[in-house]
Amino acid sequence: MSELTHQQHDHAHGHEHHHDDTEITVFGFWTYLMSDLILFTSLFIAFAVLHPHVADGPSAKDLFGETLDYVLIETFLLLISSFTFGLAMLASYKQKKQQVIGWLIVTFLFGAGFVGMEINEFSHLVHEGYGPDRSAFLSSFFSLVGTHGLHVSSGLIWMTLLIVQISKFGLTTNVTRRLACLSLFWHFLDIVWILVFSVVYLLGVSS
Amino acid sequence: MSHDHNSHASGHGNLKQYVVGFILSILLTVVPFWMVMNGGFSTGLVLTVIAVTAIVQVAVQLVFFLHLDSSEAQQMNVGAFAYTIMSVAILVIGSIWIMHHLHTNMMM
Repeated sequence: MSELTHQQHDHAHGHEHHHDDTEITVFGFWTYLMSDLILFTSLFIAFAVLHPHVADGPSAKDLFGETLDYVLIETFLLLISSFTFGLAMLASYKQKKQQVIGWLIVTFLFGAGFVGMEINEFSHLVHEGYGPDRSAFLSSFFSLVGTHGLHVSSGLIWMTLLIVQISKFGLTTNVTRRLACLSLFWHFLDIVWILVFSVVYLLGVSS
Repeated sequence: MSHDHNSHASGHGNLKQYVVGFILSILLTVVPFWMVMNGGFSTGLVLTVIAVTAIVQVAVQLVFFLHLDSSEAQQMNVGAFAYTIMSVAILVIGSIWIMHHLHTNMMM
């Protein structure tokens, strides 16, 4: 969205046709994110309805009560990556190609750290026999948290492609437009994670 | 000075915005976490703090990271967001309502 207004700035300086495309594309991507928000809402509702049904298995409190520190570190990794993506966007406004690539790599590493920690958490749970087939609570837990993790993973693939494109083509209009869309995607996923952290982990442990 | 002001008003995003958003997000994450870990607080208070800090943090990131604001350039985005929130509210409230009734009837 920052790209959108960035282009409007340029309008004041001189009209160029392709600017309108960027504006429409970024708005279109925002619309996709809104439909994604509905998807996550559905998963949150499923979790809210199903989480008391533990089928004599472990509850959220049993599973996460001792390891909440671990999830806090995950949260910080994603939050820092959201911030460093912002720094990449600032560098792109100034047309500083190397800086953009540098911050994107930093963002990628924090994002990859998050996904790695999540995979580790999942494999531990499955290993202990607490996989998605254990109870309705765990089914809804894996669906919700796993869907978010898949989104972050796709974001990482997209980011890799963009890093290649930026180093190859430079900060052209096309590349900048893609960067603006990925920026929205990345910040959006951080927002969804705040809700996951609060609803699944914090509320799960304290209620 | 006036240029800075303009770029801020139109949601361009600047370093200060990202830093403020980042620091606020950390605070709003640590406070409910600390309360949960510490015990010692009543459940009602903890639940309220978790809910409030989560909602405030979402708002903080929407404004400081996604640059949603009341400027004309953001009208379409804010409109689409408002519509989505309405849909989310219908889904959440409707589901709670239905499932609560279902639960109550199953108990009888």
